[in-house]
Amino acid sequence: MDWGSILNNTLAGLLTPTILAFALAALGLAMHFGFAGLLNFGIAGFMAVGAYGYAISVLTFGLPWWAGMIMGVAASVVFALIMGIPTLRLRGDYLAIVTIAAAEILRLLFLTTAFEPVTGSADGLFGYNNSGGFADANPFPVGDYGWGPWTYNEQTLWMLVFGLIVLAVATFLLWALMRSPWGRVVKGIREDEDAVRALGKNVFAYKMQALIIGGIFGALGGIVLATSTNVSPGVYVTSLTFFLWTALLLGGAATIFGPVLGSIIFWVLQAFLTNILPALAESGILPVSGIQAATLRYVLVGIGLMLIVIYRPQGIFGDKREMTFVK
Amino acid sequence: MSNNSDSQKSTGLHIGVAAPGVKKVDPILVIDSVKKSFGGLTAVDVEHLEIPRGAITALIGPNGAGKTTLFNLLTGFDTPDTGAWSFEGKQLAGVSSFKVAKMGQVRTFQLTKALSLLTVLENMKLGAKNQTGEKLLNSLFPFLWRKQDNELEVKAMELLRRFKLDAKKDDFAASLSGGQRKLLEMARALMTDPVLVMLDEPMAGVNPALTQSLLEHVLNLKKEGMTVLFVEHDMHMVRHIADWVVVMAEGKVVAEGAPDTVMKEQAVIDAYLGAHQDTDLGVVTGRIKVISEEGK
Repeated sequence: MDWGSILNNTLAGLLTPTILAFALAALGLAMHFGFAGLLNFGIAGFMAVGAYGYAISVLTFGLPWWAGMIMGVAASVVFALIMGIPTLRLRGDYLAIVTIAAAEILRLLFLTTAFEPVTGSADGLFGYNNSGGFADANPFPVGDYGWGPWTYNEQTLWMLVFGLIVLAVATFLLWALMRSPWGRVVKGIREDEDAVRALGKNVFAYKMQALIIGGIFGALGGIVLATSTNVSPGVYVTSLTFFLWTALLLGGAATIFGPVLGSIIFWVLQAFLTNILPALAESGILPVSGIQAATLRYVLVGIGLMLIVIYRPQGIFGDKREMTFVK
Repeated sequence: MSNNSDSQKSTGLHIGVAAPGVKKVDPILVIDSVKKSFGGLTAVDVEHLEIPRGAITALIGPNGAGKTTLFNLLTGFDTPDTGAWSFEGKQLAGVSSFKVAKMGQVRTFQLTKALSLLTVLENMKLGAKNQTGEKLLNSLFPFLWRKQDNELEVKAMELLRRFKLDAKKDDFAASLSGGQRKLLEMARALMTDPVLVMLDEPMAGVNPALTQSLLEHVLNLKKEGMTVLFVEHDMHMVRHIADWVVVMAEGKVVAEGAPDTVMKEQAVIDAYLGAHQDTDLGVVTGRIKVISEEGK
């Protein structure tokens, strides 16, 4: 087994645009579920809205890249409103069902050939970053940066720096919101919305605001992902939502840095398993073929999610006291 | 306890003979033909009811009499089939629950709703009304709300001291005992500076040691000029602190009056107190024969 390359690939997985996109979307989930108690199983839909909103604005409507990104965020606000108005008055589990369905409907709309000129159907969208777009706005001159496993060319560096800035702003916003009286009301709603209502707070408005803010973070995740790869309907599937939930619960749902660190741990583990499982299979330690070994990591992700929820529901970075009082 | 509270009783609240629907000198809450059915069951059917201002009114009745349903209707947590009711002259029919609370009509719940994973202090601060920092955009700029938040903390700590919860301020509400949660819920309701406090079974599940202090807290509310309306099964509490008693049975108001007189009415005894109200429980159930035999 080539331990050097396994280690190198794992370490390189510490900082990728995908991790930054994941962390942003997980932050959105933390806002929804961790702080406001909204069971959102459609975070992949929010990411898709952001990514497609950005790409379509640039490709079809010829907007500059930054305006396209703003359009992507605006589209996610509309998506949150459409979903929230009929469902936020109902009990939490209804939102879960509606969000998972809405995300699937969106994905199928992007996939269908009916809108192929705009959405690109199964091929998705590409080329929106080129020619006067995001890639041209790169402030870094051509060359290699960094060292060891973290060596990037100027394009990847630009994606990473952009993603890091967006992530830092989003993390700061979430922190600033949750330490404020606004955050106190939102956390109160998570615990018991009738009690908060009885104290004269407009619960529906707060839940809607939380849904929109979390949705914006999700859309920003989609946009950051779109800066590094093509926009493809195959990415924004339901399993993406569940990977994000795993990352969130791993780090701690009701924490600020939990979702970020959870995403990093999730992807580093993924990178490690992707490299080591086929290697183990090849050297005969695992009694399966190389391809089977690669898919085995998803089995392990599922088992990991179950173990976290059962034995450490507050996540790695959650408050220990919360564990004592799990409802 | 009883002598002390008896001396504080408010009298002369009604006009004319005390009967269901009697007019009050200064009503704070006026209810007119409020009706609510669940399927075939009429849970609440109140013709006319006035709640006197500045007094403690008890709402009693057997299980299923519609007391809690009436509470839910009055606070906007449920909508009646028909009817109108006004609070301080303002019509409340169709007004949503949070707006009712904003007007100063604040309630607690029969099953205590402490916000478990918020600290006791956070629970308290959440109660305060008109907080600048509760608006989404303001919340991002601490200099807009920091001062108000600190003032609220002072107020909250004062109330917590009064309710003997100040030592618990940094604990999760989930770690409080059932009785302490009742106290916290009442204290939190007071953070809203209410005009009318509606308590749904404040004594349920509270141990006798806490009962005394809870009673005093309720009496204090009146002293501070608030109106109290409470649902309770504990007849001793009703006798001791209520100035006015409204008796409900099968959704209707069957009697009202001062506690001493209303509890002697045959209709009330039949509907609620039962023939054995002063007899030992063991005798009622027939499990302890010795006592009844000794009595003879």
